Amino acid sequence: MKLRNYTLLYLSVSLLIILGIWATLFYINMLDEVYDSIDDGLDNYKMLIIDKAETDSTVVHKNAFAESNYSIRAISREQALQTRDVYRDTLMYMQYEADFEPVRLLTTAFITSEGQPYELKVISSMVEEDDLIEDLLYALLWLYLVIMVTMAIVNTLMIRRIWAPFYETIRQLRNFKLGSRHHFVSPRTKVSEFVALNETIELLLQQNLETYNGQKQFIENAAHELQTPLAISINKLELFAENASLPDAEMEQLGSVLANLERLTKLNKSLLLLSKIGNKQFEAAEQPINLNEIVLRIVSDFEDFANHRLIRIEVDDIETIRPRMAPDLAEMLVVNLLKNALVHNREGGTIHVRMAQNTLEISNTGVPEALDTDKIFTRFYKNAQSSQTTGLGLAIVKAIADACYLRIDYAFEEKHVFSVYF
Amino acid sequence: MRDNICASLAKEGFRVEVAENFDAAMDKVLLYDYDCILLDIMLPDGSGLDILQLLKKEGKSDSVIILSAKDSLDDKITGLDLGADDYLTKPFHMAELNSRLKSVIRRRSFGGKNEIRLNNLTIFPEEHSVQIAGETIDLNRKEFDILNYLVANKNRLVNRGSMAEHVWGDNIDSADNFDFIYSQIKNLRKKLRDNNADIEIRSIYGIGYKLLV
Repeated sequence: MKLRNYTLLYLSVSLLIILGIWATLFYINMLDEVYDSIDDGLDNYKMLIIDKAETDSTVVHKNAFAESNYSIRAISREQALQTRDVYRDTLMYMQYEADFEPVRLLTTAFITSEGQPYELKVISSMVEEDDLIEDLLYALLWLYLVIMVTMAIVNTLMIRRIWAPFYETIRQLRNFKLGSRHHFVSPRTKVSEFVALNETIELLLQQNLETYNGQKQFIENAAHELQTPLAISINKLELFAENASLPDAEMEQLGSVLANLERLTKLNKSLLLLSKIGNKQFEAAEQPINLNEIVLRIVSDFEDFANHRLIRIEVDDIETIRPRMAPDLAEMLVVNLLKNALVHNREGGTIHVRMAQNTLEISNTGVPEALDTDKIFTRFYKNAQSSQTTGLGLAIVKAIADACYLRIDYAFEEKHVFSVYF
Repeated sequence: MRDNICASLAKEGFRVEVAENFDAAMDKVLLYDYDCILLDIMLPDGSGLDILQLLKKEGKSDSVIILSAKDSLDDKITGLDLGADDYLTKPFHMAELNSRLKSVIRRRSFGGKNEIRLNNLTIFPEEHSVQIAGETIDLNRKEFDILNYLVANKNRLVNRGSMAEHVWGDNIDSADNFDFIYSQIKNLRKKLRDNNADIEIRSIYGIGYKLLV
């Protein structure tokens, strides 16, 4: 739910409760005041009638309400003495409304100067409570609506204005990527909470960047430092294998040690290459290249390797792709894609290379199931069977694609299809 | 690393002298003439490129192979522009160094017009052709490269990976194993045998090959 809607939800609920309570209290108070005023009017009327009864004898004979709003009937003295002023609500048929309407009725008793006791009833028309409640309710509903609409408008405008730096922060964070050239630039704002937020984010990113660079540096240094001892070990072992006349079994063991050391060297080289790509060390060498030439050359380099595995490489050289990129990177991209297609192929399989419409597509036979798209481009992801690979080939491909702003896709359509869009 | 190179080159019968730093190297190259100088760019107290520059200024004709840990195109271009004969990126196989060294020295000494004789085998490196007892035999490019590489390292153990890189190019080191070399070796052996060549390519199980003369 959006921030705006949250605010509105809370406001509407609390406003509803406050208005409800307020309306009830207001209604009770107002009704009280109305009764008070009506009762005062009845009292006044009573006095006037009693006074008039002294002088006008017709008054005391008026024993029905009819056109006026009082009635008088004679009662016994005892009754008169017991009677106290009583105000009560009752219903009376109103010709105008053609219905029973509530009236206020004052029942009292008086004794004329002649000593005759009478009972006097005075009525006054009353507010119709149901109508009052209805009117009040409508008024309140309108008020509620108007307030809510105003709130919604003000809120939207306010959020758009005040929260603008916040949304900018989110946008920046969304575009931020460790190791990319995008820097986080905190938007200008006077809101202290946002300032604090931006400062915190900057600090966090700074720390992350430092850690990231530190790790990158570490991998680079480690790979670099490993290079020389590895080379020396390999050279020394080769010299040893040459000088010592060892039996075949031991020679084979030595060979296996050498092979492993060489794999380590390869891994090292790949790591160094990855950090070089990450450090944008190839940007200076960018130039227009003919990708098709590179692909054809590399395919021919790998031909013997493929033949040995009984893998057929078919090349569809339809259109020339001329991207602008470092030739070394283009070569590494193609080598690693092709190597991937070879190594993860099956004996007697095929590789199909297609170059058209600025797309390099390399598809190969292999395990008959799709690979995990999220993982294949990550470092050291490999399936269990291929212990001979470094697990860095596709990571290098991805790194090169990222560095050169190329899109790369993997799909499984009976074959594994890798497409690079230039 | 230096010790390894010295040991390997001594085995080839070269006389090797070592300079451990910039100053020692300067003294040596100015005092003596060498067939070939293996020049590391990164010296503890200076740049190998400066030595190269000085050599050329002094009009020395020693061959120079640059050895560099930096796989950077700039260094390579600068080095070759300054007059170096070849450029090797560390780490490298000793067999590769042998091959390059011999090729450089040969080019210098005989102006490229030369031949290598091994028993009844004669190799013409510039023409990419091979004769056995005077008869030219037909080798494809890879077979020739393999033979040439083995000849440069005759009687030495040549690692399969090193041979693959030399013959099939740097990219092939991405291959997960080098078994595919075997079929080319097999063809080469057959051609040598059919023509009664007086040399033998021996497989060293698990490691590589050795050319026995």
